[in-house]
Amino acid sequence: MGWFKRLKDGIQTATQHKKEAPDGLWYKCKHCGETSTMKEMRENYLKCPKCNYHTRIGSHDYFDLIFDGKYTELFLELKSKDFLNFKDLKTYEDRLKSANKKTDLPDAISVAHGKVRKRPVVIAAMDFSYIGGSMGSVVGEKIARAIDFAEENRMPLLLISKSGGARMMESAFSLMQMAKTSARLARMAKAGVPYFSMMTDPTTGGVTASFAMLGDLNFAEPEALIGFAGPRVIKETIKKDLPEGFQTSEFLLEHGFLDFIVDRADIKEKIGDILLLFSNAEANA
Amino acid sequence: MVFLDFEKPLEVLYEQLEKIQQVGEQGEVDVSATIKELENKIKQTRKELYNDLSGWQRVQLSRHPERPYTLYYIEQMCRKFVELHGDRYFADDKAIVGGIGSLDGQSVVFVGHQKGVNTKMRQYRNFGMANPEGYRKALRLMKLAERFNFPVVCLVDTPGAFPGIEAEERGQAEAIARNMFEMAQLRVPIVVTVIGEGASGGAIGIGLGDSVYMMENTWYSVISPESCSSILWRSWDYKEQAAEQLKLTAEHMTDFGIVDGIIKEPLGGAHTAPDEAAKILKRHLKKEIAELQKMTPEERIERRLEKFGSIGQYDVLESEAEATAKAK
Repeated sequence: MGWFKRLKDGIQTATQHKKEAPDGLWYKCKHCGETSTMKEMRENYLKCPKCNYHTRIGSHDYFDLIFDGKYTELFLELKSKDFLNFKDLKTYEDRLKSANKKTDLPDAISVAHGKVRKRPVVIAAMDFSYIGGSMGSVVGEKIARAIDFAEENRMPLLLISKSGGARMMESAFSLMQMAKTSARLARMAKAGVPYFSMMTDPTTGGVTASFAMLGDLNFAEPEALIGFAGPRVIKETIKKDLPEGFQTSEFLLEHGFLDFIVDRADIKEKIGDILLLFSNAEANA
Repeated sequence: MVFLDFEKPLEVLYEQLEKIQQVGEQGEVDVSATIKELENKIKQTRKELYNDLSGWQRVQLSRHPERPYTLYYIEQMCRKFVELHGDRYFADDKAIVGGIGSLDGQSVVFVGHQKGVNTKMRQYRNFGMANPEGYRKALRLMKLAERFNFPVVCLVDTPGAFPGIEAEERGQAEAIARNMFEMAQLRVPIVVTVIGEGASGGAIGIGLGDSVYMMENTWYSVISPESCSSILWRSWDYKEQAAEQLKLTAEHMTDFGIVDGIIKEPLGGAHTAPDEAAKILKRHLKKEIAELQKMTPEERIERRLEKFGSIGQYDVLESEAEATAKAK
């Protein structure tokens, strides 16, 4: 017989008597289940202090992590709109509104220029929290403009991907952003301006199948999900279980699609090194 | 003949026609007038049915089991055609075919998705779903075309790039991305036609060109209506709605300026008169190639970049624009 017994079933505490743990003090890791303080987390580059799980962080976290202090954001004027009047269970317009409210971001990508170890660079980073980091017209246009800006100013471009893929609610327009960004990158490559692609958890679908895979260097954070088709779709198609570690950064490195994997703690140093090595890059056409 | 669900009135008429023809064959009654009447009725019904097709009906037509596929069109259009195989790295993909053919004396490199014509062949062709080696074969052939100044013709007809373990291992995403990257700078004309299904990355992987047209009963979208339904509605039952919402028909795509125009099909769809469809397609390809050959490679590349670079719908906020201008 147990020492303690629940006499009444269910939760008896009324909502108004519920004791809330204050937000932002504790972090419970999705990966290992261990709890750490947010302070420890922040000191550990927003990775789990216990298992080194790289949490999904936002574009501005990456800007703070990589740039030497200040940076200038670009193309904030571009906003998504529901031009197809797309409606599933919700309208696209409502999805945009709630994403704007939830994230306070202009869209699923932010672009900024600044310096890393004193060398100029343009960084475009995606936000998964904004409709799954999906690529619609605004994401495509911002990337296109980031490429133009990098090319005009002959600054290397670093693009940090974190996306579920194309934004269905923009139908073929989102599909065409794949062609648009890839075509623009081909022009920049010809002009001899270096492009570095960093993939983070997750990078899938139309984003992987366009700019994310087209870097002069392709690299990724550890244990990120990277692939074309999502694991669920593949499982349903082939009706077999997927092998351990399938579609992780390590899997891609092993199969020859990444140059290296970089721990978040080392990103800044690595980017600094690369910028130094590419500092005398020029077009050779 | 295979009838789609919305073609039920036609099916009934055809059955009547068949019965009356049998009566006629017995030779006791003169049925020619009735046959004539029925044939007119069939024509009329077909016209009415096809006058205003929904998005989903176009999707159904694009998947009609008797619809002509890439190799049929090539064989009909070219007096000479040599099929070429393999990506030179891994394998020969059966879902993307290609080769050199002659369009009335002009050598052209063809690349296209290929579906099978019966159950066995459908499996052999993997239902038109290519693996990375398919995209890499396509790119190899396009590079060959560039070397010898042959125009490239791409025929798109796929339910999507294959989502499999090996496809991921061999870099499905990289193969598709690389094709768009290289096609953007290819020095020879690229003429793209959607002849059936134009689904997502699998389609755009051979879809970046100087001229992009859709045949009348085809669709082009970021995702198939079924998958869209399963993700956004969390059920497979909303494919018709999804097809409407995605605005994936040739009319919509032309209105949006994403494709350059529509290629008419014989009434009732390409499968009702495939040889006629092939003639129409051939005329179209010859015209497009001739137009594009008037430009220099640099002009074409610039135009291609502008064409795809200008696709997108968004708002520009004035106040923020000024802020950004200052920041520059």
